[in-house]
Amino acid sequence: MSEQFGFETRMIHAGSRPEAVSGARQTPIFQNTSYVFQDVDHAADLFNLQDFGFIYSRLTNPTVSVLEERMASLEGGRGATCCASGHAAQLLIMQALMHPGSRVVVSTKLYGGSITQFGKTFKKFGWHGDFVDTNDLDAVDAAMTEDTKAIFVESLANPGGVVSDLEGLAKIANAHGVPLIVDNTLATPYLCRPFEWGADIVVHSTTKYMSGNGTSLGGCVVDSGTFNWAQNNRFPSLAAPEEAYHGLIFHETFGDMAMTAYLHAVGLRDLGASMAPQNAFQTILGSETLSLRMDRHCENALKIATYLEGHPAITSVSYAGLKSSSFYDLGQKYLPKGQGAVFTAQLKGGFEAGVKLVESVNLFSHLANVGDARSLVLHPASTTHRQLTPEQRSSAGAGDDIVRLSIGLETVEDLVRDLDQALST
Amino acid sequence: MAYGDYSDEHIKTILGSVQTIAMVGASANPNRPSSFAMKYLRNKGYKVVPVNPGQAGKEILGEKCYGSLEEIPHKFDMVDVFRSSEAAGPITDDAIRLKDEKGISVVWMQLTIINEEAAARAEAAGLTVIMDRCPKIEYGRLNQELGWGGFNSGVISAKRPKARIVS
Ligand SMILES: Cc1ncc(COP(=O)(O)O)c(C=O)c1O
Repeated sequence: MSEQFGFETRMIHAGSRPEAVSGARQTPIFQNTSYVFQDVDHAADLFNLQDFGFIYSRLTNPTVSVLEERMASLEGGRGATCCASGHAAQLLIMQALMHPGSRVVVSTKLYGGSITQFGKTFKKFGWHGDFVDTNDLDAVDAAMTEDTKAIFVESLANPGGVVSDLEGLAKIANAHGVPLIVDNTLATPYLCRPFEWGADIVVHSTTKYMSGNGTSLGGCVVDSGTFNWAQNNRFPSLAAPEEAYHGLIFHETFGDMAMTAYLHAVGLRDLGASMAPQNAFQTILGSETLSLRMDRHCENALKIATYLEGHPAITSVSYAGLKSSSFYDLGQKYLPKGQGAVFTAQLKGGFEAGVKLVESVNLFSHLANVGDARSLVLHPASTTHRQLTPEQRSSAGAGDDIVRLSIGLETVEDLVRDLDQALST
Repeated sequence: MAYGDYSDEHIKTILGSVQTIAMVGASANPNRPSSFAMKYLRNKGYKVVPVNPGQAGKEILGEKCYGSLEEIPHKFDMVDVFRSSEAAGPITDDAIRLKDEKGISVVWMQLTIINEEAAARAEAAGLTVIMDRCPKIEYGRLNQELGWGGFNSGVISAKRPKARIVS
């Protein structure tokens, strides 16, 4: 969708007009499960999806829908569906596309938790992930089969500083009649614009920069509204009659709103992984300052990456903002305002040095999260990525000698001093 | 006005002034988009008159269905076209011919329905034309309802909306 207002205006205003009854300016927290019907006909119209309105907060909630509209607006999409976590968002969109026997081409460079979700848990549903180095476009093309329903990548991967060639991937996906799904969590819609490069669906863990303070789990699926679900017979959830709604065909009845309607009316209804209104509220607050925070996150990250690259205890730093990175050019193309603030550093001292670093820092918090106002550090091999095999770990950019840093908004000299003392102890 | 370029004010004025809508291509199948739109617009207080030669003389959602615009025995303000872009041509010409007799002021073509030649003829005859939009979606969008489903309404405003009283 072309937007009439600038990004910063939409961060603050999209989806949230003053509340009509009281005039309350900030979005109220509708801590509420269910909504009174006007009469039996009204109830029937709502249940048949013939009227817009709230029924029960497992499907929609007024506070959550403000965040949904805001996410859709910030990404330039048609609609958005918020849910309990980033992983719930991935489950929600894959459930709409996959059936037993379906396949999805997945990047080997995904966040470790996503590799486990796609590689292990989704298998129990009969969904098969074909893991490919998605920066090798020929390999992606070769992995596409008749049963493939999507290509799934991260715009900026957690944690390896890997940038996806979204334009090239979108061409391959669309040539094979399937959507390109982009996890835009670490880039945020401020730094990277997947729909403008041809992606069809964007997913987020709003747990990270969107909320920004490490308070609230959340996820979101944003639909561009431009994918034609009826172009082949691969997407019966959208293009074949839905029995639970009297044979309604989402694509036919809802047009470019079909996916968002489906994800609420079927996805959230049946999977139940809804976002809590309080978490939506926290994320709405976070979204209001997104651009300011991301600018500073990126500025601090580039300074720290540059410092670490010159440090004698460090073998290499994989940050797409550094000229030494093999993703520098892709970073300039897809993330021109800054290449994010999550990256890895490789320590000369290996596994032991990684453990020592995370235990010696004072300002950096040793924990399993990214995208917080605070600076964070993690040794993936001993934590988030320990379920993976050594091969999977190194192909995900999380080998034994790797530490992951998520650079926060503190005074950058203080962060450098903290790393300096931790690396020299 | 070029299609796709309609201002929110323009759409609001149209939806605020029309009362009776002749829906050409209204379907008797409750799962068709036209049925969804008809139900919704009726809930918002519009009278919607279905036009469909295959259903003429029968009722759709309790409203008598007519075979053509000409057969509608009373006045109506707007023609809502739920047919192909091609079929929108002759329907628009009917509306031009009948505009004074029936009091028609607006020809509205649904999402994906675009017929620029027909629109030019209608505008030359003094009719207001909207193409490639759905009145249900526009009504919901401009009244803050679209966002309820997670959709991007594109509406940004710090003005306090009027609370609507539903008795
Ligand atoms: C890139 C990326 N995607 C998805 C997720 C999963 O999100 P959540 O923890 O909100 O389920 C994470 C979490 O670390 C992530 O970093």
